[in-house]
Amino acid sequence: MIGFEVETLIAILLGVARGATPLVFAAIGELITEKSGVLNLGVEGMMLVGAVSGFITVVVTGSPILGFFAAMLAGALLSSLFAVLVLFLHTNQVASGLSLTIFGIGLSAFFGLGYIGTPIKGLQAIHISGLSDIAIIGPLVFGHDIMVYLAFVLVAATAWFLGKSRWGMILRAVGESHHAAHAIGYPVVAIRFAAILFGGAMCGLAGAYISLIYTPMWAENMTAGRGWIALALVVFATWKPGRALIGAYLFGGVTILQLNVQSLGVDVSAHLMNMLPYIATILVLVLISRDETKIRLNAPACLGKPFRAD
Amino acid sequence: MIRIEPRLSPSKIMVYGAPLLAVGLTLVAGALLFGALGYSPTRSMYLFFIAPISDSYGLTELFLKATPLTLCAVGLAVGFRGNVWNIGAEGQLTMGAIAAGAIAVTWHDSTSFLLLPIMMMAGVLGGLAWAAIPAFLKTRFHANEILTSLMLTYVASLFLGYLVNGPLRNPEGFNFPESRMFGDAGLMPLLVEGSRLHIGALIALFIVLLAWLIMSRTLIGFQIKVVGLTPLAAHYAGFSPKKIIWMSLLLGGGLAGLAGMFEVAGPIGQLQPVISPGYGFTAIIVAFLGRLHPVGILCAALLVALSYLGGETVQMELSLPLAVTGVFQGMLLFFLLACDVLINFRFVLGSKRKAVP
Repeated sequence: MIGFEVETLIAILLGVARGATPLVFAAIGELITEKSGVLNLGVEGMMLVGAVSGFITVVVTGSPILGFFAAMLAGALLSSLFAVLVLFLHTNQVASGLSLTIFGIGLSAFFGLGYIGTPIKGLQAIHISGLSDIAIIGPLVFGHDIMVYLAFVLVAATAWFLGKSRWGMILRAVGESHHAAHAIGYPVVAIRFAAILFGGAMCGLAGAYISLIYTPMWAENMTAGRGWIALALVVFATWKPGRALIGAYLFGGVTILQLNVQSLGVDVSAHLMNMLPYIATILVLVLISRDETKIRLNAPACLGKPFRAD
Repeated sequence: MIRIEPRLSPSKIMVYGAPLLAVGLTLVAGALLFGALGYSPTRSMYLFFIAPISDSYGLTELFLKATPLTLCAVGLAVGFRGNVWNIGAEGQLTMGAIAAGAIAVTWHDSTSFLLLPIMMMAGVLGGLAWAAIPAFLKTRFHANEILTSLMLTYVASLFLGYLVNGPLRNPEGFNFPESRMFGDAGLMPLLVEGSRLHIGALIALFIVLLAWLIMSRTLIGFQIKVVGLTPLAAHYAGFSPKKIIWMSLLLGGGLAGLAGMFEVAGPIGQLQPVISPGYGFTAIIVAFLGRLHPVGILCAALLVALSYLGGETVQMELSLPLAVTGVFQGMLLFFLLACDVLINFRFVLGSKRKAVP
């Protein structure tokens, strides 16, 4: 009996990591974009386009690796539309990001229609014989799929990039004061373009994680608002990669909690339980935004402001 | 080399020309898209944009679909002018539908002529209450209204799912997730016999006029515009930003709630798990396409309503997915935003002029 419960617990914890990983990718991508001073509200749209292109690639080629690369490419391509609009045509970033999401939802539904219900073999968890078989710790530490570990690597790399590397400092300078950065001679528009493309690629990857691993299938709107939760996570993290990781795992926990409450025999409507992640997002936003100076100190000073060189 | 140069003053022609240009570009891109998919561009464009409104029934359907779009967009536009980004109209619409629907289901055998006005009031209040949450969280805790209003949209649609699967499920409905049909007294009177067009369309028209008067003739309308254009000036003039936030969210929520009531008491006639094909989100496009102006929004709503009908027609005739509508709507907004650059900037050929020393 005890053994069964431990197994359930391990399954739940593995589920938390699976729920958190797409949020980590999307939030880190958006974090880099926002650090350069650009607010891209198209996360949900880019994730969906990534999800569908990753899925189609796997159906056609059978290779999850190719699927992830296709998703990154698709996400970056879609984000380049946004980049051209806001960087060269100086459109309103909020409106442009919203249109990216609307466009992405339509585009993904359009191309994914023939693939609804198509089965694929999702990417399996890695198995290191010996290590993964250690009781309890084995599956918890070594029993995830490769993307879970990559997400941690990405967070560490982003923290190093922003905090320690020369280009990371330049990126932050562009986000804090584009006029000063321009005066020193940094290519503000090119740096922002790169940051937007990186954000798009990461959102595409996040979407592909959902359609290839989290639930290996394609369904319209399958990201179910995770793109927006990732946006909220960036605020929650006060633009710090490590805190974005913690936030993503908290949300992964809430998502899995909602899936497991019924299996534990608690009689609550599934519809009501499914509200949890969204309500948690609102609560977290309220808690973190309550202190206005904290947000003002941490948010990139030029976030959302258009830049013209002359 | 082509450069973008600021105009000395915004182009009056482009304020109205940009939406037309955007529509034109969307048509061209759409034709190319259909061509690339292997369909005849002319036939598919005909099916998408002309066939749906080539008879009188099609026209009534156009007005029917334009009604919720107009209502939501008029409310949202007021907020967008004041830099209040309510993007949760879809959820406010849903809550309005729930509030009105709950009343219609509870008194389904009522024959009172008061039922419909009470349902309308409930619809407005439902949407209003749902929009009050982001307004409160924004003014009290500075929580971003974009994210909170959107999260509440998911909560609202799950709440509707809970209700039609539980408390409001039709007891004689073989466990289908839907409420019982509303009684006759809970349904909107039809405008045209044999169609689904109801008097809600007229009410929406009246609200467009009212909104236009408020924005152009009243102090609060002026204040909203100033806050949006120059927050600093508004601050010095002593306009209360909190008042503007409350005002625009409550107005947007109330109108979206009314739109939701019109849908359930109009073409649908009961509560179902899904009541809107994204009208609340599409209204964002309508608001921008209509230049955030009530009358412009009316025209934009008709055009965007056509994209819903066109999507249905090409689905039936060419068996293309309904999502083609979303692709068209997204393209339209992209092109519009891009064309808007022509209002304040112009394209010039040649290299940069030398600055005068």
